[in-house]
Amino acid sequence: MRKPQDGLTRVRLRNGLEVRLMPVRTAPLISCWIWYRVGSRNEVPGITGASHWVEHMQFKGTPTFPAGELDRTISRDGGTWNAFTWLDWTAYFETMPADRIDLALRLEADRMVHSLFNKREVEAERTVVIAERQGHENEPTFRLAEEVQAAAFRVHGYHHEVIGDLVDLQTMTRDDLYQHYRRYYVPSNAVLSMAGNFSPRKMLDRIRAIFGSLPPAPRPEFKPRPEPEQSGERIVNVEGPGETPYLKVAYHAPAAGDPDFLAMVVLGSVLAGASGLHFFSSGISNKTSRLYRALVEGELAAAVQGGLAATIDPYLYTLHVTVRPDRSASKALEVLDAEVERLLDAPIEQAELEKAIKQARALFAYSSESVTQQAFWLGFSEMFADYGWFEGYLGRLSEISAEQTLECARKYLRRSNRTVGFYHPQGGAAHG
Amino acid sequence: MAEKTHSLPTLDLSALPGPETILREELDNGVTVLIRENFASPSVVVAGYLTAGALADEPERWGQAHLTALALMRGTEGRSFQEIFEALESVGARLGFQANAHSTSFQGKSLAEDLPLLLELLEEVLSSPTFPSREVERLKSQHLTSLAIRAQDTGAQAQMAFDELVYPDHPYRVPVDGYVESVGRLTPAALRRFHRREYGPQGMVVAIVGAMERERALEVVTQALSKWAAPGGGPMRRVPPAPELKEIVRREVNLPGKQQSDLVIGAAGPSRFAPDFMAAALGNSILGRFGLMGRIGDVVRERAGLAYYAYSAVSGGPGPGPWQVLAGVAPEKESAAVELILQEIRRFTQRKVSSEELRENQSNFIGRLPLQLESNEGVASALAYIERYGLGLDYYQRYPGMIEAITREQILETARRHLDPERLAIAIAGPER
Repeated sequence: MRKPQDGLTRVRLRNGLEVRLMPVRTAPLISCWIWYRVGSRNEVPGITGASHWVEHMQFKGTPTFPAGELDRTISRDGGTWNAFTWLDWTAYFETMPADRIDLALRLEADRMVHSLFNKREVEAERTVVIAERQGHENEPTFRLAEEVQAAAFRVHGYHHEVIGDLVDLQTMTRDDLYQHYRRYYVPSNAVLSMAGNFSPRKMLDRIRAIFGSLPPAPRPEFKPRPEPEQSGERIVNVEGPGETPYLKVAYHAPAAGDPDFLAMVVLGSVLAGASGLHFFSSGISNKTSRLYRALVEGELAAAVQGGLAATIDPYLYTLHVTVRPDRSASKALEVLDAEVERLLDAPIEQAELEKAIKQARALFAYSSESVTQQAFWLGFSEMFADYGWFEGYLGRLSEISAEQTLECARKYLRRSNRTVGFYHPQGGAAHG
Repeated sequence: MAEKTHSLPTLDLSALPGPETILREELDNGVTVLIRENFASPSVVVAGYLTAGALADEPERWGQAHLTALALMRGTEGRSFQEIFEALESVGARLGFQANAHSTSFQGKSLAEDLPLLLELLEEVLSSPTFPSREVERLKSQHLTSLAIRAQDTGAQAQMAFDELVYPDHPYRVPVDGYVESVGRLTPAALRRFHRREYGPQGMVVAIVGAMERERALEVVTQALSKWAAPGGGPMRRVPPAPELKEIVRREVNLPGKQQSDLVIGAAGPSRFAPDFMAAALGNSILGRFGLMGRIGDVVRERAGLAYYAYSAVSGGPGPGPWQVLAGVAPEKESAAVELILQEIRRFTQRKVSSEELRENQSNFIGRLPLQLESNEGVASALAYIERYGLGLDYYQRYPGMIEAITREQILETARRHLDPERLAIAIAGPER
């Protein structure tokens, strides 16, 4: 079995680019990720959604790699590529047969600097991004989540959805997007992370040759506006089509680097079930969690999920309840509250703690199986801490005590620290 | 950058699953077991299927196979619902079942140390589920909630409308998860009856892939599954050919308050058993998969900027599943998108694909194997796939040769056979027009 710390190479190039390399020889593949420290967190009103739109534009070509040509080349080689924009970061990856990875390096270096942002392409993409937003708006769960997030953050950039507000998507200009790109896509604001079947020494030589000549630029300054402490429960109501009510409860939660974060992971596991650690890991079922038993077995809800994200600044711990159409969301909230009260009254049981830790061990293994996942972790952990955070994760988690989780519950799971959202379905069945 | 004389990738065939690395055994009760080791991670995946599917639903009880599969884990002779999930979740394992038309498939995952537990639970829920009334009623209510959500989902509504157009008087017309009325008729007794009649080890396939030596895994699976004896099971059910469309047929579903429309355009395609399936799969890749979703993605999304997603799919199951183009578009762009898609289907059925397109798609089909077969999940489903369609243990080793042999003429022939541009179904679900 691979030990994660074996053979990790950590280098900072002269232009500021951070490089993380991990040889993994389980398959003839290499996964290459480039991470930029920019996401919706960095956006101000007027340009909300810019980070995500810039991500789309990064697929529209450079003079060296015209649009469309890259899809074909990567597909032809049997590779896969994609990109993600999140609150704190934007990341691009290619996973390719090991002997074809050079293309990914050349592409990522090139589009860090030379993307065209052709005006016509920007306009075509405006329609696509708005269509993406409209697709989200078809989902009641998106509409509710957007309102809850906006109510929870009055000041901080976590206020708006990654996709951005419709009005900004309609009015943002090519130059807005291009400036955003030039400001944040510089070597000193990026991390290159790779895992797979390669020799780190040779790979590093190649990276120096390709990325080393990119012009240095100062790391963009960005001062987040901290969210003031919430001093009273906030309630939002959303109406829309459908038959199914939804309930969303969001507590301000610790940032990933906060010592409380892992106690919150354990609490979440007990309350709503263990969840996967990132986009590429599937979780397990949560049918023995306290909330499932109370809400779903209690015949009020069809499903309940908890969610905690590893973020730079304090974000949210959310509980999402799909209420049965024949039940009321306020009744579901009463039952949810009773369960949260139990967590505030007494420490969790030792058996629950041990279960949460074993679950974390399994999910941790599942979340780092492929080279794509391993390269993901190398870079992702750098966004809010460093790779040591990832390596030490299970060790630190196993040191959490039941008392710590009680303290953590009392600190974060207070009513005055939360936003409650109700989706009130207004009916409207399909007709042909 | 584009190399015009691109050579096909050369794979190390011995690294792909093959007779040397797959252990295949038939247990005395009829279960077929396939095992492959992978010590790259400490986990193990169990995946497979039984031949009980929605085709066996009783008339007017659509959703019976679906609900039976979901209810298996709601209680057995030995354990309650909570005890089953406590056993699984407390070790971070998972197990789930899902019915489709021809079969019920399952997938589980655990740390390798917990494989015996996982297989023991698999056997227990298959052989002795009790379908407790209380649990079945709960499950029904949850399922009715999911049908209420489906009724508001533009993608799901477009697909259902499409299936009704393409499969009138054919079993594929009915959604596997049933309808509100038919699910309302399902009782614990109906699920018990379905289970007794349809579930059994005959025809069951189990693939196990992960961090356990294969002899040991065989021992564990034999111990767990060989005790199951039940008369259900047997060969997979077949379906008649799909009726032929006589013209372009169209259906619109109105969902007030929605912001986007989903559309599905196509017809019945080849089954996985059809001689021209591989040509159809490769052709479909050119039409709507390759790169950022092939010709369709290029025209509809990239050039016209009409959609957030646009692609095509050929299902190729045990029967004539759909060959279809799917897209999500702004409501006011529906007609423009439909016209562009029809134009691409016409072109696809009128002219041969170019040599370059053929070559680069062949290259993709071959080159992507290591990525597809990297994870335990990927290998386990590949093993179940080759067993389901009788492709032989050396299938992945023969695969590059088979792909390379497909010609432009074969692709045009198969396109013409299945996608006549004058006989297609067009289904759209979106806001009121």
